[in-house]
Amino acid sequence: MSGLTIEDLKRIKEDYRATATLREGGFRVKVTVHMGTCGLAAGARKVMTALMDEVIKEKVKDVIITTSGCAGLCSREPMATVELIDQPPVKYVDLDGDKIVRIFSEHVLSGKPVQEYALVMGSETTY
Amino acid sequence: MEQFRANLLICAGTGCVASGSLKVKAVLEDELKKKNLQNEVQIVLTGCNGFCAKGPLMVVYPEGIFYQGLNPENIPFLVEEHFLKGRPVKNLMYIPPVEKSPIPLMRDIPFFSHQILRVLRNRGLIDAEKIDEYIARDGYLGMGKALLEMTPEQIIQTVKESGLRGRGGAGFPTGLKWEFCAKAQGEVKYILCNGDEGDPGAFMDRSVLEADPHAVLEGMAIGAKAIGAHQGYLYVRAEYPLAITRLEIAIAQAKEYGLLGKNILNSGFDFEVEIYQGAGAFVCGEETALMTSIEGKRGMPRPRPPFPAHKGLWQKPSVLNNVETLANIPQIILNGGQWYASLGTEKSKGTKVFALTGAINNIGLIEVPMGIPLRQIIYDIGGGIPNKRKFKAVQMGGPSGGCIPESLIDTSVDYESITQTGAIMGSGGMVVMDETTCMVGIARFFLEFTQEESCGKCVPCRVGSNVMLNMLHEITEGRGKEGDIELLQELAEQIKDTSLCGLGQTAPNPVLTTIKYFRNEYEAHIKDKYCPAHSCLALLKFEVNPKLCKMCGLCVKDCPVEAIKWEKKQVAVIDKEKCIKCKTCLANCRFMAIE
Repeated sequence: MSGLTIEDLKRIKEDYRATATLREGGFRVKVTVHMGTCGLAAGARKVMTALMDEVIKEKVKDVIITTSGCAGLCSREPMATVELIDQPPVKYVDLDGDKIVRIFSEHVLSGKPVQEYALVMGSETTY
Repeated sequence: MEQFRANLLICAGTGCVASGSLKVKAVLEDELKKKNLQNEVQIVLTGCNGFCAKGPLMVVYPEGIFYQGLNPENIPFLVEEHFLKGRPVKNLMYIPPVEKSPIPLMRDIPFFSHQILRVLRNRGLIDAEKIDEYIARDGYLGMGKALLEMTPEQIIQTVKESGLRGRGGAGFPTGLKWEFCAKAQGEVKYILCNGDEGDPGAFMDRSVLEADPHAVLEGMAIGAKAIGAHQGYLYVRAEYPLAITRLEIAIAQAKEYGLLGKNILNSGFDFEVEIYQGAGAFVCGEETALMTSIEGKRGMPRPRPPFPAHKGLWQKPSVLNNVETLANIPQIILNGGQWYASLGTEKSKGTKVFALTGAINNIGLIEVPMGIPLRQIIYDIGGGIPNKRKFKAVQMGGPSGGCIPESLIDTSVDYESITQTGAIMGSGGMVVMDETTCMVGIARFFLEFTQEESCGKCVPCRVGSNVMLNMLHEITEGRGKEGDIELLQELAEQIKDTSLCGLGQTAPNPVLTTIKYFRNEYEAHIKDKYCPAHSCLALLKFEVNPKLCKMCGLCVKDCPVEAIKWEKKQVAVIDKEKCIKCKTCLANCRFMAIE
């Protein structure tokens, strides 16, 4: 690439917006995958991988994905918590790769919690 | 482009590299692979984070968790706990000196929270070797604005409005400097960057060049347009290999993107930059000596006028700006002069970067608003003096500056207030001294430095500083005479008045300020043959003062020749036959009881 214009500079900045969100804050949604020993044993890694694939596929720039330890309900792992800014967090249970993809598309992208996978709304917030 | 859920920003400034950050990085890469996290967690090497005392450092995003003092053994546990299971590891976090509980988040740590970052806005936040990361933080937009939308006059006007003054130390208004050169007659002009940082204990410019090299290049390009130059030189000392490497990478990337070279951003403006490596002579930080050095001659200053704005490099009109000055420019152009001037005092605007070092808990690189009280830097950001010692003075401006004593610790940090104390703002060295530092000794140390670095061209600097140095040497050896202090002062004034360049004109400053504030120490050395700081070897008797001894036995602990006798609840006794005068016991004693 040579002979850049101002527009090119702005495009590069836009490309990096996801990284900027990660380092500087200002995200719209935070998804926490619970990755304690119980979660990992129940398949949390697959949930995480599926989630990361969606993030990349959909090119979302305002969502951060993070992990946390055991959520305290080991029998219902893998679990994930979805937090939209200004809304109570929603905890999902008994997840797998397909379920998290649906949650990503309906809840994270469109703002509608997936009732049938949800355990509870407005539980304690992690970290 | 790739996306990650976590970014690990590892400091790869010279300080952290020295304490092993690259080894930590290598182990981290392996461990992430073992846990199959390499596609989810990205490792980014950044420039100096600032908190050098605690390196190797790593900041983890999105949480903003600050890890310090890392070593390869910590990494497997850290990867499993934090990056896989999401449980931040408390015992790798920072614990402030007087407190017990760790602080997880970077923004909550006092060292960081009291700083305002403008020059260092990208430090620890971008990979200095990736131009895209710089562009993502509004990089080169300031240059774009200057080249496409502004006339040279408008650029100069904006810089004048900002109130920016030369950060190399003298504090000359940058806008005015540019204006002089812009108005000078001549087809060929040059813009130069002074990266010949030579003060002992100073590492501001090196850190800027390592952490954010593009900011300096962008500043130079904007300056070039303002004065009408098409060629720039970066004069960087060869002792800064990492800074030079990062600059070379930055220049190559900027050229590839067409952000340097011909017709930049389709503006029709051409600008090229070259690095010139200095051989490490302190005098080459002086502008005329620097230019002589680039011309391939021995780096020696010449009288001014003619000033470089009219006859500089190769007799062409030239502007020389310090690294930090230039790194301020892109933000000023992008946000306006008034934005910049909104911080600071009446005559000193914006921020200043300091290298905080010496007897202080939080050694590191800081950026603070002009006008901040010195006390806040020493105690809030610096975390106070280690080992329960007392603060004595702070040396500002390196060997050209002077010391500011405890009684003036509430001085506002701006050009005028600092000059009033007898010290100078300088380029940003801030060496903190505690009660164990001998002020005659420190004056001798700095004068030894300038005397050795004197280029020898003019007599006052070459001979005068040598005479002064010998006198200081005699005083610290216990051979001082009545009248030495007055003679030192007289010599100092003469050297200041008659030296050719800044080196000689400022060399006596450390002596003058220490006499001004610590005359009693000079007198004690001369009259009583006693060093109040218990530092000058020739004046130490290696005896324990029973009035001050707390009978704690700390002095005994590290004595390499077992020359100290001590029993519980007994005053220690030093066997002078065995003692090798290594001063280990003095360093251990918390009560200044060994004289």
